[in-house]
Amino acid sequence: MELAGRVIKSGKAEGIALVSPAPIGFLGGVDPDTGVVIEQGHPLEGQCVAGRVLVFPTGKGSTVGSYTLYRMAQAGTAPAAIVNAESEAIVAVGAIISDIPMVDHIDTGQIRTGDRVTVKGELVTVQAADASG
Amino acid sequence: MLAGEAGPGMQMAMEIVVALGQIYGAADLVPVASVQVSGVSYKNLGDAGLAFLEEWAARGARARVPATLNPAGMDLVSWRALGFPDAFARQQQAVIAAYTALGVTPTCTCTPYLVGHVPAFGQHVAWAESSAVSYANSVLGARTNREGGPSALAAAITGRTARYGLHLEENRRATAVVVVRCPVRSEADLGALGYLVGSQVGKGVPYFRFEHGLLEKGRGTLNTLGAAMAASGAVALYHIEGLTPEAKAGEVIAPGAEMFEVGDLAPAYAALNGPAEAVDLVSIGCPHAALAEIEAVAGYLAGRRVKTTLWITTARATREAAEAAGLVARIEAAGARVVADTCMVVAPVADLGFRSMATNSAKMAFYTPSHSGLSVRFGPMEQCLEAAISGQWPATSGK
Repeated sequence: MELAGRVIKSGKAEGIALVSPAPIGFLGGVDPDTGVVIEQGHPLEGQCVAGRVLVFPTGKGSTVGSYTLYRMAQAGTAPAAIVNAESEAIVAVGAIISDIPMVDHIDTGQIRTGDRVTVKGELVTVQAADASG
Repeated sequence: MLAGEAGPGMQMAMEIVVALGQIYGAADLVPVASVQVSGVSYKNLGDAGLAFLEEWAARGARARVPATLNPAGMDLVSWRALGFPDAFARQQQAVIAAYTALGVTPTCTCTPYLVGHVPAFGQHVAWAESSAVSYANSVLGARTNREGGPSALAAAITGRTARYGLHLEENRRATAVVVVRCPVRSEADLGALGYLVGSQVGKGVPYFRFEHGLLEKGRGTLNTLGAAMAASGAVALYHIEGLTPEAKAGEVIAPGAEMFEVGDLAPAYAALNGPAEAVDLVSIGCPHAALAEIEAVAGYLAGRRVKTTLWITTARATREAAEAAGLVARIEAAGARVVADTCMVVAPVADLGFRSMATNSAKMAFYTPSHSGLSVRFGPMEQCLEAAISGQWPATSGK
């Protein structure tokens, strides 16, 4: 399946999808040293975003969260790519300064955790986990 | 610039400005006359923010329009005497050095408009710091959105920002008419009012009609109102009937604006006051104190002595003016300090050993419990100064 969105940060990356039905705030929401989601009660609590194609509706929280993403990129705990339904300033700026490919205007309900996803420019290619064996 | 011919630092700045323009549906970019940059305290930036600023500077990025800086996490001159740890000070100084390399003037104040950075009516600017944004839009009639730290810096480096939101005339009209039926007697009352209205209107644009008029001259400034509304809500622009420039220039109330009344400020005082009876830190100057406020503190403290730590936070330039006027010496004679470059919202106050704070700022009272874990008391300047003198929160204000 191929989905076309809007480029926020251009680039190419591939990885296994980690899908959140809820918005993500990086400052205080994700541990930058481990990449693990630490926000209490978050649907992804306890899961690691490092190297994954992180799919979520939109960002939230403090603008300092942009720098948290940058620190994660430096520590090697950042997601490989970010796919949003509707991006906002905090995650968008974080992706740009951290050089993480990012696309929005994607129907994120089409992607399931475990799917193999390639992000290239505005295109998001999804290979369903069950189809790939 | 986007293609990178102006260097990698400029390229990244342009990518940020363009991406934000896309996200917010801007038709184009608009040149900005000046920038106020937030994200200065090492307490908030951490090592990640510092590393990013240093890298951006190393990539050759430089501000091309006048840009000033928000408060830092400490007094950049007297930090040692005030008890800031060495390790924190080193990192904070590195942040200031990075901003200086980026061409941002280290004014370190949330009141740039009190130290010579004053945008003109109708001028497009890109300001961060929510209380300064509110002041620039509302009191000065300049045009800015609420920028974040990196987006404001990107605007300084490119000299442009995306034309959306409050840069457009049609978004500057009032969405709510607030009729204030109770008197507003102090700067704390103004902040309490802002707290209530901000919670109610969120991102909206309130239009105030004061039935009892505003404060008498010299009692605080409008920035306490805007600061509180930007903390409890996300208000970036307000109008006051007969006072603010856009309200005087013509019709600024949008058709279908909701209308509500404020008849009692007590709910704000109840929400912003914790239970603490003993006070060990008293903070005046959020937003940073103007010279008149420092003069009022010096007058109140004449011949008296404080028991608690009392800090009046202000801009370095305002402190120098207060020093020249002999006010700093008078305040120090009472055992209090006039502290520059920082404020208690961004300083590591819990690390300095304080447990409970009294303040006349609704913004500070709103943020402190969650930011620093301190218990807070909120009331007018006189009540806060009495608390500094006795170490106890007094039942009523005034001497």
